[in-house]
Amino acid sequence: MAEQTKKSFLEKAAESQVWKSIFRGGGVPRNRRQRMMSVLNSVFLHLHPVRLPKHAVKLKFTWCMGGLSFFIFLILTISGILLMFYYRPTIEYAYTDIIDLAEQVPFGIMRELHRWGAHAMVITVWLHMFRVFMTGSYKPPREFNWSIGVILLLLTLLLSFTGYLLPWDQLAIWAITVGGNMARATPFLGSEGPGAALLAIGDINFITMASDARFALIGGRFMGEAALLRFYVLHCIGLPFIIMIFMAVHFWRVRKDGGISTPV
Amino acid sequence: MQEGKKTATKPPVRKAPAALGETAKENEVTRRSFFSWLSLGWVGFVAATGGFFTMMLRFFFPNVLFEPVQTFRAGYPDDYTIGEVDTKWKNKYGVWVIRNDEGIYALSTVCTHLGCTPNWLISSRKFKCPCHGSGFKMTGINFEGPAPRPLERYRIVLADSGEIIIDKTQKYQQEKGQWSDPEAFLRV
Repeated sequence: MAEQTKKSFLEKAAESQVWKSIFRGGGVPRNRRQRMMSVLNSVFLHLHPVRLPKHAVKLKFTWCMGGLSFFIFLILTISGILLMFYYRPTIEYAYTDIIDLAEQVPFGIMRELHRWGAHAMVITVWLHMFRVFMTGSYKPPREFNWSIGVILLLLTLLLSFTGYLLPWDQLAIWAITVGGNMARATPFLGSEGPGAALLAIGDINFITMASDARFALIGGRFMGEAALLRFYVLHCIGLPFIIMIFMAVHFWRVRKDGGISTPV
Repeated sequence: MQEGKKTATKPPVRKAPAALGETAKENEVTRRSFFSWLSLGWVGFVAATGGFFTMMLRFFFPNVLFEPVQTFRAGYPDDYTIGEVDTKWKNKYGVWVIRNDEGIYALSTVCTHLGCTPNWLISSRKFKCPCHGSGFKMTGINFEGPAPRPLERYRIVLADSGEIIIDKTQKYQQEKGQWSDPEAFLRV
């Protein structure tokens, strides 16, 4: 009799209070409903669909580019946080800190991982968008999520752009000089853009070199430390914060709009 | 049946209907006052949110800028040779000082295409931008590459001491006819 009632370690563990407090619903899922509930009841698992059509996850249909983009985003977040322990966003130290990270800090590959990951994410986001377009997955009811995706693409490019300045080498400085000068040509909001002169009272211009879109971007009339600091904060805090909100909406809508679209 | 008896003997006590405009009892929230408070709340909320976003926007435009001084003394006119481009202020202030037969002018080192810094090529006597190949004559006039307009000139005047003062906050553009301004060109 004792043999029959003896439970396995796993079964005993599943009945403990600790297990039940961690995994809502408790117990090892034994049937379809319990399996479904265990997915729905976990904050991490619930991002996944409970069930999906077999043909919708064929690699040749999805390319897995959306998932890869998110995976690379996670890599960039983790490696980026690690880089922040050494990098100082000042003109004096920025460049040498990058050299230090690459050459002296143990596992200097972390910096390369971040850099190549950044390139890869831009590519995977593009490919994801290309796949979604070619499979017609942007069509109703997914048109709203397509728009969210366009914003995510824009945010990805902005993250790439802001990160580009941080090594503070010649390439970076001139790239952002050029980018800043493009901002100067923004209609109405750039001091040299069309319509900027319209925003004036009498002789007083409201859009000047010290108050236009370029100034907001680089924090000064000339490229300097203010630009470096602004880009650093945007790159490490501002843009990731915004992109995570949009990603949450994006993933949520993938699920709510019927999951991954199926091949026609 | 019993219920029916009761109502027959005792006239039902009916509450007076809440008529429109009826004054509420003290501390009582009526439907009408609730909506006026609600709209007031929304106005307050929108105003506070709008105010905060305005503050956030204004926050990005500081009142004091810690940027390098934009006006500097560039020595005496005799320091500059006629017919030559002086590049000694290029790195520090981003200015070329050029003297010709009639006088001296200060040329901005910012390419008018996308803002890179061209180089003065002595042998071919032109400014050449390394980014996209724009070329400018010694006067600052563009003649090759994608640059859409000539280089800008800065305000250049003589101090009482006879020294040249170059003021980068004031710029003069050829295509706007500003190079004829007396302070865009120092006659010596």
